[in-house]
Amino acid sequence: MVNLKIDNFDVSVPEGTSILEAARQAQIDIPTLCKHPDVDPTAGCGMCIVKVNGRVMRSCCTPVAEGMEVITGDAEIVSVRRTVLELILSNHPNECLTCIRSGHCELQDMANTFGIATSHLPSLNKKAELDDSTHSIVLDASKCIVCGRCVEVCQNQQNVWALSYLNRGLATKITAAGGIKLADSPCIKCGQCSAHCPTGAIVEYDETQKVWEMLRDPDLVTVVQIAPAVRVAIGEEFGYDFGENLTGKTYAALRRLGFDRVFDTNFGADLTIIEEATEFVERFTKRPESLPMFTSCCPAWVDMLEKYHHDMIPNFSTCKSPQSMVGALAKTYYAEKMAINPEKIRVISVMPCTAKKWEIVRSKDMSSSGYQDVDVSLTTRELCRMIKQAGIDFRRLPEEEADSPLGEYSGAGTIFGVTGGVMTAALRTAYFYITGEELGEVNFKGIEGLEGVKEAEVDIKGTKVRIAVAHGCGNVEKVLDKIRTARENGEETPYHFVEVMACRGGCISGGGQPRVMMPGQPKPRGITDDIRQKRAQGLMNEDLQAKNRLSHHNESVKTLYKEYLGQAGSEKAHHLLHTHYVARPKYDKKA
Amino acid sequence: MEGNSTASQVAAKWRKKRGSLIMALHEIQGVKGFVPWEDAMDIAAEMDIPLARIYEVLTFYNFFKLDAPGKAVISVCTGTACYLKGNDKVLEEFKKELGIGEGESTEDKMFHLQSVRCVGCCGLAPVCVVNGKTYGRVTPNDVRNILDEWRKKLSEDEE
Repeated sequence: MVNLKIDNFDVSVPEGTSILEAARQAQIDIPTLCKHPDVDPTAGCGMCIVKVNGRVMRSCCTPVAEGMEVITGDAEIVSVRRTVLELILSNHPNECLTCIRSGHCELQDMANTFGIATSHLPSLNKKAELDDSTHSIVLDASKCIVCGRCVEVCQNQQNVWALSYLNRGLATKITAAGGIKLADSPCIKCGQCSAHCPTGAIVEYDETQKVWEMLRDPDLVTVVQIAPAVRVAIGEEFGYDFGENLTGKTYAALRRLGFDRVFDTNFGADLTIIEEATEFVERFTKRPESLPMFTSCCPAWVDMLEKYHHDMIPNFSTCKSPQSMVGALAKTYYAEKMAINPEKIRVISVMPCTAKKWEIVRSKDMSSSGYQDVDVSLTTRELCRMIKQAGIDFRRLPEEEADSPLGEYSGAGTIFGVTGGVMTAALRTAYFYITGEELGEVNFKGIEGLEGVKEAEVDIKGTKVRIAVAHGCGNVEKVLDKIRTARENGEETPYHFVEVMACRGGCISGGGQPRVMMPGQPKPRGITDDIRQKRAQGLMNEDLQAKNRLSHHNESVKTLYKEYLGQAGSEKAHHLLHTHYVARPKYDKKA
Repeated sequence: MEGNSTASQVAAKWRKKRGSLIMALHEIQGVKGFVPWEDAMDIAAEMDIPLARIYEVLTFYNFFKLDAPGKAVISVCTGTACYLKGNDKVLEEFKKELGIGEGESTEDKMFHLQSVRCVGCCGLAPVCVVNGKTYGRVTPNDVRNILDEWRKKLSEDEE
């Protein structure tokens, strides 16, 4: 341990800790616009300067030393930071009034703190052409302060390499390779860039107006579904603590917004488990050459597979995601049951995810009902915006129930939103399918938590099932490498079943989740491991307390098979609930 | 994957050597006069370097060209001596006459204009170089003559 003084407080931290990190641990806030706990320091913004034994240094990339005396904010430091901020603002538009990030923006917050009202520096800011080509995230280069967080996340954490720096100096721009559109690049729309961006430069593709118009149309039947991870993050926008489960209030809010039917994607999650566990058992017992099987509910992971890992396409579960299953059933099963013309149904989903916006138009399989199965996919942030626009006092809402039949769910369905959850849910059901018996202990050791790759061996009555759980796309590579090496050497596959979620921690920290800062929470805004853990706990607690923790005991799912689909894996189930994958190039642009 | 294209040959030469991306791109530009998108894609695939990284390098160093330059490359020296002797005005005159900026080519792909730092003959300042031919003590009035000379030469070459 290294002992030092920060602002006269005694601090003791491990060797190699940066001054900035040491200060954060001691609850001392040093402002920064580039250093985020998820990424390596780049010394990009210059806001984090401190005085070390009288010398001015950047705290993000200066390691602590024994006996150091650090001052984090005297008159000189404040003056330098102010100048740095003025320089940053001289290349930033004054568009807070119309900026989607307003109120949640780290730069705006900082400008307010420093009370920068007017600047004597001339503005160098130029309007930039928006890149909304992905229809998932929107890149506005004019609002970018080139902090580099998004590039760090995209290249190093996610290993996607869609975003990069173009040019240098004042002309530096964050874009896809060579300045092409993101839609033509390897971008997987995970939105982690937007989850880490300190300004309004990368935001979700807002579709709230489209939904308001649907809600206004009296001829339409609007059906809404919420994803597991939404319920444990939505509260952050309304003053609740991180991870608080607000399912009932969210249903109530959706009804007040005017949605005609309120369903739950968790129902789709239970259904996905029935199909996926059936598929796994079939592969495991009859087609071992098709192992390992990968989970397929994460659209960013699907996108990555289709662009990067063509050799793994046969290993992908053909199951659609819970969102898409609910969409397909709303316009077929539910429409028929209630005698509603499916043409009049609009399915809106609320997801923690920006890539879900892409999933709903991914291929013609996404229109299996004869119409586009899900019409609009909103992010959690967009739903919060709508609730605020409608003036709904979220905290005073009663707890309501979802509508039947696409609203019932088990504890297994709700943990879909957190890393390890899909695997846990699937194994609970697969165990029953293989042995005909129920599991006593329904949790599996070793696949919870934020470790990047988690491996375990599960004993299904003497049969060993080897599993791996990876989250954060950068970690997937390690799993794939092991599989490929075994293949090349003609060895048995190291895993039978692999769960992948593109975002670190799973959907709970998806690219569409709130980026709110609580009083007392250390900066920056947005996602950190501490928040990931609290949101994850929120979902796991719901599972722990659930009366039914097994997807195959979801009564509405059972009824669905009885009334409509027949058996799991039936032809009808395949038509509505399964999909195909195609190999696509990383870059769509020809020269 | 390996083929006989320039990019394949260059990639084969540099693949195993760390930090050799700049060399590889330099060679491609040496052969083609610029680094075309397809070649950058081939280098990415064959050297296993993300295309995004390749364009970070290509756009960081202003020596690299992403588009085919004009046939006659005009280098206007803006090193200290030439600059003090008024080559900035010569550069302005070229821009005006050709209707392009620095680092750009004319639409007919006849001329490419660039500024360079010192061509090593300061005694002749201010200096311009067109495809290896050096012009000394240039004034803005000479610009039109130089361009006419090269227009004539290029059209003769075509015939």
